[in-house]
Amino acid sequence: MTTPPPLLRFAAVTYRFGAVTAVGGVSCDIAQGSFVALVGASGSGKSTLLKTVNTLVRPSEGRVLFGGEDVSALPPARLRRRVGYVFQSIGLFPHMSVAENIAIGPRLTGEKLPGERIAELLELVELDPVFARRMPDELSGGQRQRVGVARALAGGPELLIMDEPFGALDPLTRDALSRKVRELHETLGLTTVMVTHDMAEALLLADRVLVMDSGKLVADETPRALLAGAGGAVAQRLASVPREQAERLAALEGLGEKRG
Amino acid sequence: MREVWAILPDLGDKLAAHVVLSASAIGLAMLIALPLAVWAGRSQVVARLALSLASLVQTVPALALLALFFPLLLSLRAVFGEGLPTLGFLPALMALTLYALLPILRNAVTAQANLDPGVLEAADGVGMTRWQKLTLVEAPLAAPFIMAGIRTASVWTIGAATLATTIGQPSLGDPIFAGLQTQNWALVLAGCLVSAGLALAADNLLWVIEVGLDRRARWMTFGGMAVVALGISAALWGQGTERGERPIVIAAKQFSEQYILAQAIGARLEEEGYRVEYRDGLGSAVVHSALASSSIDIAIDYTGTIWANFMKRKDNPGREAMYRTITEWEARENKVRVLGRLGFENAYAFAMREDRARDLGVASLADLVAVGPRLTVGGDPEFFERPEWIAVRDAYGLRFGRTRNFAPTFMYSALASGEADVISAYTSDGRIAADRLVVLADPKGALPSYDALLMLSPRIAGDEGVVAALRPMLGAISVEAMREANYAVDREDAGKLTPKQAAEQLARKAGF
Repeated sequence: MTTPPPLLRFAAVTYRFGAVTAVGGVSCDIAQGSFVALVGASGSGKSTLLKTVNTLVRPSEGRVLFGGEDVSALPPARLRRRVGYVFQSIGLFPHMSVAENIAIGPRLTGEKLPGERIAELLELVELDPVFARRMPDELSGGQRQRVGVARALAGGPELLIMDEPFGALDPLTRDALSRKVRELHETLGLTTVMVTHDMAEALLLADRVLVMDSGKLVADETPRALLAGAGGAVAQRLASVPREQAERLAALEGLGEKRG
Repeated sequence: MREVWAILPDLGDKLAAHVVLSASAIGLAMLIALPLAVWAGRSQVVARLALSLASLVQTVPALALLALFFPLLLSLRAVFGEGLPTLGFLPALMALTLYALLPILRNAVTAQANLDPGVLEAADGVGMTRWQKLTLVEAPLAAPFIMAGIRTASVWTIGAATLATTIGQPSLGDPIFAGLQTQNWALVLAGCLVSAGLALAADNLLWVIEVGLDRRARWMTFGGMAVVALGISAALWGQGTERGERPIVIAAKQFSEQYILAQAIGARLEEEGYRVEYRDGLGSAVVHSALASSSIDIAIDYTGTIWANFMKRKDNPGREAMYRTITEWEARENKVRVLGRLGFENAYAFAMREDRARDLGVASLADLVAVGPRLTVGGDPEFFERPEWIAVRDAYGLRFGRTRNFAPTFMYSALASGEADVISAYTSDGRIAADRLVVLADPKGALPSYDALLMLSPRIAGDEGVVAALRPMLGAISVEAMREANYAVDREDAGKLTPKQAAEQLARKAGF
């Protein structure tokens, strides 16, 4: 079996501000085509680590290599076009229409995105192309994050990084959109890194789960292995929550069957 | 009210000057405030410093701020040379610009600080450079708030620009100040109406632009901008028709006599084919320095004023000697030509109501020493700072219970109503006779003489045409004739004349 070359490599990445070490020497490779979830409690350093990829955060020490190149050496505009970024507060530009929001990345590099391409991107995230002319304040939260995903995909990125992308959505929207993103990951042949504090989401979507604690990588397992008890104490404490919930739900269901 | 309407059409050039001045000040303030706000958005220190400085400026009264630029520019002449104007448009522009900074700066800084952090993160996330982030995201989102700041600044500036009159810049303050001095309320009202109307119009137009920006309604934004641009262009065009060689500028201080004499001088020069311009309502100190710097060309000043205030002399050598010494001193020190004396004196004198003087048994300044602490003395706004007052006070050992400042025209009303017991009157004032006031004797000769002098700036000192046109005025105006003319302007009944009419009458009676 041949492993594909890593698309993304963290090499001893450290980030400090003041006396606090948010990320303390993280090293790992992300293979092309993989869907990786980065899980941890609040303040574990997972978002900070993620932002070193598109240089929103510059590491104090260590390097981040993207396709073999140090990201700090790449012009930010070009780098960020190749790295789609989706985050919890979405950040649609309120003074731009949906179409303008989606087309903003290519526009920055001097390319005008044609209408058909915008319609195609809207369809990818299951929005009717008539949404193109609407303003962000006319959309629901779920619709807005769909536009956020379309915007991240507009530049034809190789890598998609997502920071709690579904955190602010209601459970139904959250489920539908996360399935959609996983599907896009497959059909577009993307490499995806998703930060989440929700282990259930990580286990269900990703094919590899990294667990962070106090700025360190403490586990690197497949969902199956994690559920089987691998990954150490921190990972298991996080995994126990959905597992117990599932067991309790199953028990409730069993009870119902007996009654019926 | 009909009088007010009759004045309005004549205010066109004042309105144009007012618009050009206000628009320039706001434009310049924007040029300074907006980049400063961007910088402040990147640095807390700059934000705090810029906002405190702008707030500090606001605590200075607008009138003082305008006046402060005169000495500042005068001292800057050492660097920039004699061509630097010290009066008129430049100092007015600088003061008003400072005044307009705060609202624009504050709104721009606040707008930036309140931008949604998610939107700013997205701007970075899609790969915007700092400049792109500023122009594509921050500026459009902050624009409605900045526009609101510009609106506030515009209303303030249009209001404060009326004060530019005091430093020799034509504005809608001209009719207001002239009207206040000569108690011509129609003139005051007309000036206020036009400036208030202008402020309202600007406020509404800028509101349209603000709403247009907020709702992204381009027709509103651009429509509003087009009307603003049209208004400013019209004002510029209205001003532009008066280009060419500089006319002869005649100054007047802030009292009726000065307005009348300025009109009389102007009429004689126009008869000889000169183009003239009036700078009314200037402060006494400003007039003297402005004449020396040729910012104005002709002024009437008084021997005692120059002697005590500018030559800093405390002695009293007598009327003739004082006149000769001043003429030489002005020629030597300031290159100002004292053409001669008009004939009358406008001396400071202390006046009281006849009944009050009788009751208190006061006939001379010496008699005031005993009763002074029980009395209120009224003077014009500069009087109690003037060396003449200090000389009189020290010569007699005068002490008063209270000192109060009044605009010259209101001093007589204050005397009549009992709000002041003694006032610093002027001997050429018609109201002394009309109100039957008692002028207190000055046995110690503490007050100098105040011969009215006709003075020419270095620029026109050698212009024999001007000299020939003005020579007939020298020695021609008796104190009685001047009093009559002053009273005609100051009185409030049907016999009231405008300064121009009074000047014509004076010229007829004095025969020049």
